[in-house]
Amino acid sequence: MSMKIKTRQVDGITIMDCSGRITLGEGSVQLRDAVRDLLSKGSKQILLNLGDVTYIDSSGIGELVSAFTTVRNQGGDLKLLNLTKKVHDLLQITKLYTVFDVKDDEASAVASFARA
Amino acid sequence: MGGSQPSQVSYTLESSLDSVNRVEQTAEEMARKAGLEEEEIYRVAMAVREAAVNAVLHGNSYDPEKQITASFEQTADSLVIRIADQGKGLNPETLPDPLAPENLLRGSGRGIFLIRSFMDEVHFRQLQPGTELTLIKHLGTARSAI
Repeated sequence: MSMKIKTRQVDGITIMDCSGRITLGEGSVQLRDAVRDLLSKGSKQILLNLGDVTYIDSSGIGELVSAFTTVRNQGGDLKLLNLTKKVHDLLQITKLYTVFDVKDDEASAVASFARA
Repeated sequence: MGGSQPSQVSYTLESSLDSVNRVEQTAEEMARKAGLEEEEIYRVAMAVREAAVNAVLHGNSYDPEKQITASFEQTADSLVIRIADQGKGLNPETLPDPLAPENLLRGSGRGIFLIRSFMDEVHFRQLQPGTELTLIKHLGTARSAI
C-alpha cells in the first residue's frame, strides 16, 4: 500500500493526514513534495498526523527529519501526531523522539502551535 | 520450510525497488513460518529490507548491469539471511554514528544501525567486487512448533 496524504486546515495549522507506508520509493518522495508544496504556499505550521502510517523505514525516518529541518529553517514548525507503536519505537531507538515535538491529541497539538 | 529441517532459498535480482520489496516479503514469510512473534517478524523484515536497500541503492547504485543476491536459510536454531551486492564495497567501521548529536538531524545513515538493532548478529564480508551482509536471528523459546 503506497502512501496517501490529505491536508486540512484547523485554526491556521496545516494538518497532514498520512496513511500507508513511508519508505524509499513509496512515501518518502510524496512526503517531501507535499511539505515543499505547503511551504511554497506559506503554510509553515505543520502537524504531521502519522496515525494511519503502517510502516516506516530508515528512508522514511530520514524524510521526517529532513521535513522537520526544512520547515524549521524557514521559520516554521513541524510536529508529529498520533504515532503508532512501531513509529514510536523507531524514534526512540534512533534518539529522535526528543528531537520531535510529539503529540497524541489533535486539539492540544493545534493549540500548542497557537501558543508558540 | 517446515519442522526443524533446514531449508534454503536464494534469488539473484536486478537492482531495483521491486527487488527490495520482494526480498522484504520473502523475509517476512520466512520469519512467520519460523514461528516468530509479530514484533520479531516486523523487525526481521525491516532489517532485511534495509540490507536490500543498501545493496540496491548504495552498493549497486541502481546499476542495471549489477545484481543483488539474497539467500534465506532456516537452520535448526536460526534464520540466516545473506544479501550481497556488486558495488565498491562497504566498510562498516567508517559509518558515522547516527546517534551522535552532530548526526541526529541527518536525513540518512540509519539503515545499518537499524539492522544491527533488530538482528541478533550482523556480519560484513567484502566480495570482489561488493559486500555481503549476513543477518542472523536466533530462534528462541517463543518459536512455535511447526
